[in-house]
Amino acid sequence: MKAKITVTPKKAVLDPQGKTVQNALEQMGYQGIQAVHVGKYLEIELQGDLEKARRQIDDACRKLLSNPVIEDYHFEIEP
Amino acid sequence: MNFAVLQFPASNCDQDALHVVRDVLGHTGRMVWHKDNSLGGADAVIVPGGFSYGDYLRTGAIARFSPIMQQVQQFAANGGPVLGICNGFQILCEAGLLPGALVRNRSLQFRCEQVFLKTTNSNTIFTCEIPPEKLLRVPIAHGEGCFFADEETLKKMRQNQQILWQYVDASGNATEQANPNGSVQNIAGISNEKGNVAGLMPHPERASEPLLGSADGRLIFESMVHALATRSVKKSA
Repeated sequence: MKAKITVTPKKAVLDPQGKTVQNALEQMGYQGIQAVHVGKYLEIELQGDLEKARRQIDDACRKLLSNPVIEDYHFEIEP
Repeated sequence: MNFAVLQFPASNCDQDALHVVRDVLGHTGRMVWHKDNSLGGADAVIVPGGFSYGDYLRTGAIARFSPIMQQVQQFAANGGPVLGICNGFQILCEAGLLPGALVRNRSLQFRCEQVFLKTTNSNTIFTCEIPPEKLLRVPIAHGEGCFFADEETLKKMRQNQQILWQYVDASGNATEQANPNGSVQNIAGISNEKGNVAGLMPHPERASEPLLGSADGRLIFESMVHALATRSVKKSA
């Protein structure tokens, strides 16, 4: 199985990277851009029971892979 | 006084911190490796600056799971004084020993310069020897020093007087321009609710001798020594 995890900064947290990328995109002439958020993407390959994997990944996201004070996460698991 | 200075892979201010403790203040101290399971009877713990684990994932995120951090959690829970400097501050936030988190500087640049700090609470283990109204001249050197906490947490921190230091200009005003990284309310350093764990982004250990241009940072270490001598603070196991 492969867990695909996305971690993004919370709305209230300053995201200077997102802002800088947005400015660059606008300068390049792309139109209608409302906001850019720069986060992280992780892939974890694992074996075993799907439900157990889901619980483990969720636990790992809360404890290590994201910091709940500043980040949100979501993930999906591909068989 | 016996200080423990933690050492993680890629700590790089550990020697400076130990130098201040031993050679400048004349106390005893020793390095404690991150895989150790004991703080060796230390009276106080310093979590030094650096780039532990290469800052991978997030600053301090991996270091907080090092075996020695279990001991630091225990030591802090028993009321022992713990000071985190720069990366040490980031580690203590990740470990949940301090509220909030440190994120990328607003400028996206690594800032390496001298700043002024105003002490906003002089009645703590870490600030009791700092004369009121004295501004501390100390250096910063960080890329992720922008302190963030949500409104509710900030409100609680203000009520408990957990904000210890703010970035200010030479006249002592917490202006936008004096804020090197975008921290909320110019916050440079904070403590936990109990007041025995503190962290700050600036480097007092790099400004503890006149030869280095400022000895103001020494006042923070002297505060810890004074507090340890006069308050009953528990030793580590």
